[in-house]
Amino acid sequence: MNSNRPKNLDLTTIELPLPAKASILHRISGFALFFAVAFMLYALGTSLESEQSFAELKDVLNSGLAKFITWGILSALGYHVVAGVKHLLMDMGIGETKETGRVGAMITLIAGVVVIVLAGVWVW
Amino acid sequence: MVSSVTNFGRNGLYDWVIQRLSAVILAVYTLFLVGFVIATPDMTYAQWHGLFSQTWMKVFSIASLISICAHAWVGMWTISTDYLTKSAVLRFAFQLVCAVFLFTYLVWGIDILWGV
Repeated sequence: MNSNRPKNLDLTTIELPLPAKASILHRISGFALFFAVAFMLYALGTSLESEQSFAELKDVLNSGLAKFITWGILSALGYHVVAGVKHLLMDMGIGETKETGRVGAMITLIAGVVVIVLAGVWVW
Repeated sequence: MVSSVTNFGRNGLYDWVIQRLSAVILAVYTLFLVGFVIATPDMTYAQWHGLFSQTWMKVFSIASLISICAHAWVGMWTISTDYLTKSAVLRFAFQLVCAVFLFTYLVWGIDILWGV
């Protein structure tokens, strides 16, 4: 292979196509969820420990910061699941062409926004 | 076929399957829990505790916990091999931190679920 062919992989100078945007958001949300598991386990443990700690957790989750964190985690989780479903569909050969890939990315991003808004409505 | 000692499965194909299988388990678990919380307004401790004291729920929860660890390992491994390509030491250090996190999650989660 000719190693002298020109290439540009400087992401700051490349306009990402829609499927690339859907993809990098999938990765970023997954990275965030890696750390979110600690919050979720803390909440699960506190909620199951005793009646008193269950009530305390309910109070904690009513604070503004906790609501924001909860919404953030639900948003990352919601988008990650939506984009994951797209992945599984593409594994089955659905939406793999340039055109349908764009449509799939569009649907993923729109569904992601819907899930994030719904999560916000649920939390507040 | 390319294989690497830090792959979760023995090679990329195993990782691919593990990633999909764990994803399906986690999606079903997520939908189930969100559905339960929505279907149980003003949930009491007794209802929440009652759910997690069922044996099937413990099986489901621990399956999901293991899925989180496998899924996150494959995902973080992919991120590390995509971006941390210049220094093997840095890449292994990142992977080690991930492994410590996930092992902690696993033991912590089992401890929570076991005690219910």
